[in-house]
Amino acid sequence: MAKLLDIKNLRTQFRTSGGVVKAVDGISYDVEEGETVAIVGESGCGKSVSAMSVLRLIPDPPGRIVEGSIEFQGRDLLQLSAEEIRKIRGAQISMVFQEPMTSLNPVLSIGQQLTETICLHLGVSEQEANKRSRDLLGMVGISDAARRLKQYPHHLSGGMRQRVMIALALSCEPKLIIADEPTTALDVTIQAQILELMKDLSRRLGVALIIITHNLGVVARYADRVNVMYAGKIVEMGSAEQVYHNPQHPYTVGLLASVPRMDQHRGKRLVPIEGQPPDLTRLDAGCAYRARCRWAVDRCTAEIPPLEELADKQFAACWRSGEMQALRREAS
Amino acid sequence: MATPEVYIDSEGLAEDQRSLLGKLAGLCRRQPLGAAGALVVIAMIVMAVFANLISPYDPELAAFENMLQAPNADYWFGTDQFGRDILTRLIYGARTALFVGFTCAFIGATGGLVLGVASAYFGGRFDLILQRIMDVFMAFPLIILALAVVATLGTGIQNVIIAITIPFIPQCARVVRSSALSIREIPYVDAARACGFSDLRIILRHMAPNVMAPYLIMLTTFVGQAILLEASLSYLGLGVQEPTPAWGLMLQGGAEEYAESAPWVPIFPGIAISLAVFGFNLFGDALRDLLDPKLRNR
Repeated sequence: MAKLLDIKNLRTQFRTSGGVVKAVDGISYDVEEGETVAIVGESGCGKSVSAMSVLRLIPDPPGRIVEGSIEFQGRDLLQLSAEEIRKIRGAQISMVFQEPMTSLNPVLSIGQQLTETICLHLGVSEQEANKRSRDLLGMVGISDAARRLKQYPHHLSGGMRQRVMIALALSCEPKLIIADEPTTALDVTIQAQILELMKDLSRRLGVALIIITHNLGVVARYADRVNVMYAGKIVEMGSAEQVYHNPQHPYTVGLLASVPRMDQHRGKRLVPIEGQPPDLTRLDAGCAYRARCRWAVDRCTAEIPPLEELADKQFAACWRSGEMQALRREAS
Repeated sequence: MATPEVYIDSEGLAEDQRSLLGKLAGLCRRQPLGAAGALVVIAMIVMAVFANLISPYDPELAAFENMLQAPNADYWFGTDQFGRDILTRLIYGARTALFVGFTCAFIGATGGLVLGVASAYFGGRFDLILQRIMDVFMAFPLIILALAVVATLGTGIQNVIIAITIPFIPQCARVVRSSALSIREIPYVDAARACGFSDLRIILRHMAPNVMAPYLIMLTTFVGQAILLEASLSYLGLGVQEPTPAWGLMLQGGAEEYAESAPWVPIFPGIAISLAVFGFNLFGDALRDLLDPKLRNR
């Protein structure tokens, strides 16, 4: 399949009074048409920033994309003018945000917000936009669409609003939807519904998805490929199958050990990852994870391990990833 | 984070079902001062709109046979040094006052709204430079700045409006900016950017309606202030010129010479100015309480 999005060596930094925060530090990944890619990591590892960088929504100042290229359908998004990138936002690439409670404008009705976007990008008449809005609401599973269109965001529940956000994201037939923790703010019961809906729509409409999450359950079930991020870098990359069943980076191993799994016996204890992620202004020449890594060796302090292909399209950035299987067996 | 909520909450929905009259009565009970203010405002508007119907005499025609008559059955508020009926001139003066008041307040507050929201939205260097320019304007007392503008442009109603509007813009911009800054941080602004809307569209359609509460409050206080400023400028001889009826002008004509011999000449326009400003301020205060969700449900 053709590459839809190809990110190469992206670096996004924030200049703060405490120093330069290297929020995204040289990441490369791609997304193929129609596929679902998950970006996993704990809070503050740069996963949201990497996604916001794609649409150039990083507030500048203090943020800045200092290096890299983001090719979308062969065009480098970082080279486009402000006008050109605006035509891509919402039309070709759209976003679903984390907070459905605050991601809709409180003073505009649902219908106004939907039709505004549709009219802007598709250039259709208001009636047509209205009709499309109704269809979209139906598509995301909101009944009584005509009435809902007249309502305001505060009339709707969180799950309902997230559905509206998804309808908004889908409104102009984008090629790619970036969902930044789309279910974090929702009830557990609603989370599955929303993810199921997104996955289903992506399959039906052939839209590629980037799901940013810290929930490994989401990854296992919905993603084709997974990028694990730590301290602004991708530390492991591979298919969901590979990452889940045969993790090659100690961080991924740690993440998986810290969540309950259906495929393990019930008496097994959960193992948290000790310590805190490093200060992104003070990264040194060694591996950023070594302070929390149980298998760290001297080499980890001296050199940053590069992201290397280990198996078929599975990459990991660890000096000891070759022995990972043995180390894991030993630990358990 | 305090989110200004200008929309109706669930309790507001229940209120919708009550009759308009009942709602008005409830409003008067909760905000008696505001209702009094609103009454003054409405009375002024009626006076201004129907001035030619309700006023008994011609406001500009001098009648020297009736000079300086004390209030009586024919001339309720007496006559001035040119024999013109003071009541008539007060009624027509409301026109001038309201015209200047509303025009200045509207242009000043709206200009401030756009600048303030833009300043908060763009942030960074744009915000910094714009706010420093605003600081320069705010460093001058209102009346001094207005005086400077009139001194440069000359007198006349148009220049008075410009002179009063200019100092209003930074005041409103400052207040609106602080509200807009908190709105800037709410994800829907980023969501709007992610939808591909232009900056202008986000500022005018997505952010400005959310800072309506401070905007409306500034607007009403500005009307009162503008009336006072216009009266002051006219009193100083820099505002509206004779024979146009204007309250400040009537005060000027009466104050020095007739304060003792014919006190009705300065007293009535004085009362009119105080009452109008008082009314608009009360109205603005009540409006602030009504629009503030924290105070609304008491």
